[in-house]
Amino acid sequence: MLTELTGLTDGAPPAALQAALEERLAGADRAWLHEALAEAEAEAEAETETGSPRPADRPQWSLPIWETRFAEAGRHCHPAQAGQPGSPGPGAQDLADAARVLLLHAVRADHATTTRLYTHGTAAERRAVLLALPHLGGVPAGSALPLVEDALRTNDTRLVAAAVGRYAAAHLDQHAWRHAVLKCLFTGVPVGAVADLAGRAAGDAELARMLRDYAAERTAAGRPVPEDLDRVLALTAAPTQES
Amino acid sequence: MRIFDPHIHMTSRTTDDYEAMYAAGVRAVVEPSFWLGQPRTSPASFFDYFDALLGWEPFRASQYGIAHHCTIALNPKEANDPRCVPVLDALARYLVKDGVVAVGEIGYDSMTPAEDTALAAQLQLAAGHGLPALVHTPHRDKLAGLHRTVDVIRESDLPPDRVLLDHLNETTVKAAADSGCWLGFSVYPDTKMDEERMVAVIKEYGTEKVLVNSAADWGKSDPLKTRKVGDALLAAGFTEDDVDQVLWRNPVAFYGLSGRLQLDVPDAPGPLHEGNSILRGGE
Repeated sequence: MLTELTGLTDGAPPAALQAALEERLAGADRAWLHEALAEAEAEAEAETETGSPRPADRPQWSLPIWETRFAEAGRHCHPAQAGQPGSPGPGAQDLADAARVLLLHAVRADHATTTRLYTHGTAAERRAVLLALPHLGGVPAGSALPLVEDALRTNDTRLVAAAVGRYAAAHLDQHAWRHAVLKCLFTGVPVGAVADLAGRAAGDAELARMLRDYAAERTAAGRPVPEDLDRVLALTAAPTQES
Repeated sequence: MRIFDPHIHMTSRTTDDYEAMYAAGVRAVVEPSFWLGQPRTSPASFFDYFDALLGWEPFRASQYGIAHHCTIALNPKEANDPRCVPVLDALARYLVKDGVVAVGEIGYDSMTPAEDTALAAQLQLAAGHGLPALVHTPHRDKLAGLHRTVDVIRESDLPPDRVLLDHLNETTVKAAADSGCWLGFSVYPDTKMDEERMVAVIKEYGTEKVLVNSAADWGKSDPLKTRKVGDALLAAGFTEDDVDQVLWRNPVAFYGLSGRLQLDVPDAPGPLHEGNSILRGGE
């Protein structure tokens, strides 16, 4: 169930994601979600009509209502049924991720909005921006790379995992992408989080060298080599997709 | 013994501390925004600090099985620096965040007009955001500072039962208790309160609305003081239920007034790597 919702967050059409989220939310939280999405859609409509992103009567630091909803999603997204201890049911964090991604769709978030939300965001808010990036039509291709690069500089595994999704697969240059893969191995982020891993690793001799060097360093120190390393190394041996 | 340290500056502490705190029973902490020891020179420096309290520090805590929340404010000391005061205008966008469970630390340091203004403004921000407030009482001229603090709270829109008065001691506890606020005590190795005096205060005033914290930071302090107070209370004949009220239920009730406490730790144990994902690489 967890995997299912996470999978939807990373690429499903908003309607499917919303349906999956609503199924899992407690009743009051479902009502909160409906209202928040309606506010976001209204905000997007108003911006389209006036062409102005900020009503003149709004004080400098006050937030649009939908941005407040984006910030508070974590305290309004509780699972309808608490998972059994040890069961893989979706946690509040997955639900909040999904709600925030839906809000970004509803408001048709553009480059300026995603950058502002990421820059001013908590780790959970930044994660949602990263997850939504590949699917936001208002963000010009590649323009949000600085956000992905910022997340890849952190040691917060939640951010690193969200940063190596489809947006990184599509836009990171090969040097930065190799370092992102290596960082996953360093910090314990499962490489299953790396989008298009097989496609981009195929035939990458430089990545293979980096992996072998890392394995040698671990071995020299008497430390175990991460299991995922061999998996990626095997992928580098495949011929490139173009060839 | 389950422990909630309602006031600790984990940014200044090591992962060894997190490990020792967990072993001692600490499962939740609140980290109030405060002075860093080195004066800040611009609002941007506050923003990076607030971002850390809402990003990196909760992640670090989660790796050790500890739920981390924070309080956000312009602290009393830096309220006197005109280069820092503009941060007040930006607090609203932080006070809506999920991990923020109070406005704080606010209050008095030297009891200046600038501190009056910042305290009153931030009590109003708390009232406007549905948040309680953590109020630091001054170290110098303490009793006069306590009285002045309570006066400003009475003039604000924030009811006293949504205010935690902190760093109390024998000279200020009565006036604080009479005010209707929650009562916070910081237990330190040499200054503030110690374990035995804390036991004596609880014997006299009871366990209701009393919170005990380590206020551990970058100075001489001890993140395990909460546990030591719990042990001292048990040794003095208090029940386990009394200790649970002071060290867990009272902080949960006070910060729970925000409606934002999440005491499960979603990331623990997370993608641990050799028992620790706080990796710099190459570990």
